[in-house]
Amino acid sequence: MAMAEFVLITGRTAKQGAALSRGKDSSEYRQATGFVQMSREDRECLGVEEGRRVRLRTVFGEAELELREGDVPPGMLFVPLGPAANTLIAADTQGTGMPDSKGLVVEVELI
Amino acid sequence: MIVGNVVCPFCGCLCDDIVVTVEDNRITAVEKACTSGRSLFLNVHTQTAKPTVDGKEVEWAEAVDVAARILTDAANPLIYGLSSTASEAQRKAIALADLLGATIDSTSSVCHGPTTIGIQVEGEPTCTLGEIKHRADLLVFWGCNPAESHQRHFARYSVLAKGKLTPGGRRDRTMVVVDVRPTLSTRRADVFLQVRPGHDFELLNALRALLKGQDLDVDQVGGVEVARLQDLVERMKSCRFGVIFFGMGVTQTGGKHLNVAELVALVAELNAYTRFTAMPMRGHGNVAGADCTLTWQTGYPFAVNFARGYPQYNPGEFTAVDVLARGETDAALIIASDPVAHFPRRAAQRLAQIPTIVLDPEMSLTAQVARVVLPTAFYGVNAAGTAYRMDNVPLPLKKVVDSSQPTDEQVLDWIIEKVKTCSA
Ligand code: SF4
Repeated sequence: MAMAEFVLITGRTAKQGAALSRGKDSSEYRQATGFVQMSREDRECLGVEEGRRVRLRTVFGEAELELREGDVPPGMLFVPLGPAANTLIAADTQGTGMPDSKGLVVEVELI
Repeated sequence: MIVGNVVCPFCGCLCDDIVVTVEDNRITAVEKACTSGRSLFLNVHTQTAKPTVDGKEVEWAEAVDVAARILTDAANPLIYGLSSTASEAQRKAIALADLLGATIDSTSSVCHGPTTIGIQVEGEPTCTLGEIKHRADLLVFWGCNPAESHQRHFARYSVLAKGKLTPGGRRDRTMVVVDVRPTLSTRRADVFLQVRPGHDFELLNALRALLKGQDLDVDQVGGVEVARLQDLVERMKSCRFGVIFFGMGVTQTGGKHLNVAELVALVAELNAYTRFTAMPMRGHGNVAGADCTLTWQTGYPFAVNFARGYPQYNPGEFTAVDVLARGETDAALIIASDPVAHFPRRAAQRLAQIPTIVLDPEMSLTAQVARVVLPTAFYGVNAAGTAYRMDNVPLPLKKVVDSSQPTDEQVLDWIIEKVKTCSA
């Protein structure tokens, strides 16, 4: 069980957008929102293969996702908008109405 | 039958050049739309769906009756969503909120709500996408990734578009992207500034300082070398018409509305040198319409509460995530949006604990936890209506195939009538 700390970014992707209209129960939507992207450097440093399931944990919640290599800077993770991303973000909006959806500290645990 | 000049209702680009082929009341082909738009048109249901109460199919009259009772019995009902419905329905939703003394909020609060707060502080730069297409020679995309989220933006309105003063299209424009990571959009850019997450404010502040001719006693700001910032300032000052399109990389990171206020302040100061403007990349098809309609009906663009009999505005107090996460609302009416799929868990869970009513053409994740589900027609496909593009230009949505489902506007009318008789 390895643990490492990263900065989490969530956002839209074209696949997630197209999968929305196929229904949120569809396997397309689950696949389009059920992964986390990590840089090659970090993936190799953690010694974890692509496709492996990992657990992400913030102070607000945790989610299990498939690990994929992606074009993100070392130290950062990207998760597409969707149910998994939501379990990780804060409900506190600091008086703005907007939860902190980007830039949270997240721990990665191999499972 | 081929229907031309159809407006795609999926994203804030509202492309109005879609060509749809209809056979036997089914859409069989879609031309010109991007993958998200195509998928929307090709997956809209045409079969009849009945409303449900507690998972059981019922007649419309009964479902409307139950919905009206839930709303009138509630002490502090919430009406939320609005971004994927037509402005005609948004107007009815506001009338219902007024009648109930409810809180009403749109998905703006979780996308460009901070933009609104920021422009209430600094002022609002405006222009149309048409002006940008014809005039802009410097395009800055900050914290957004249109190549994936607004796939035809580059071709129709910005980077690639050929306009009157930009006949060369891409050749006549410089494209700058500021983002925390490389994306499909940064790959198309002439200049990519990779900012460290959470350092957008510092970067904007440094650009303002450099514009004022101040020296910075550091080599880099937010992970970007000062020399590159100086280069961007020179490009900004010397362009003919510049624009900063900004997205949730600005509104959702630490600072939120303060980032937007800083961005708008920079844009205002640039107007001492040249024509410069900024535009939020609005996500959902009619989220800009939700802001516009709420503003002309109540004076406020989101986070509005009618409990005192007149509209009050307060983000953080009357925004959906907050009233749900704090457990302050005891019934919810969700219109054309899916907060269970997009809200932080604590806020989403509340929707399963209270009686929730959903108006949506789709069986959303929110519909799956709702007590009352009212399946309505899809605006822009099954029903005509009005939607506002990201530059606040209203466009007419077409009906391309028939549907036996009522529209959001009709169902809201029925609920309003029922609430009036319940309260009488
Ligand atoms: S860019 Fe937006 S409006 Fe245009 S076709 Fe794609 S989803 Fe539809």
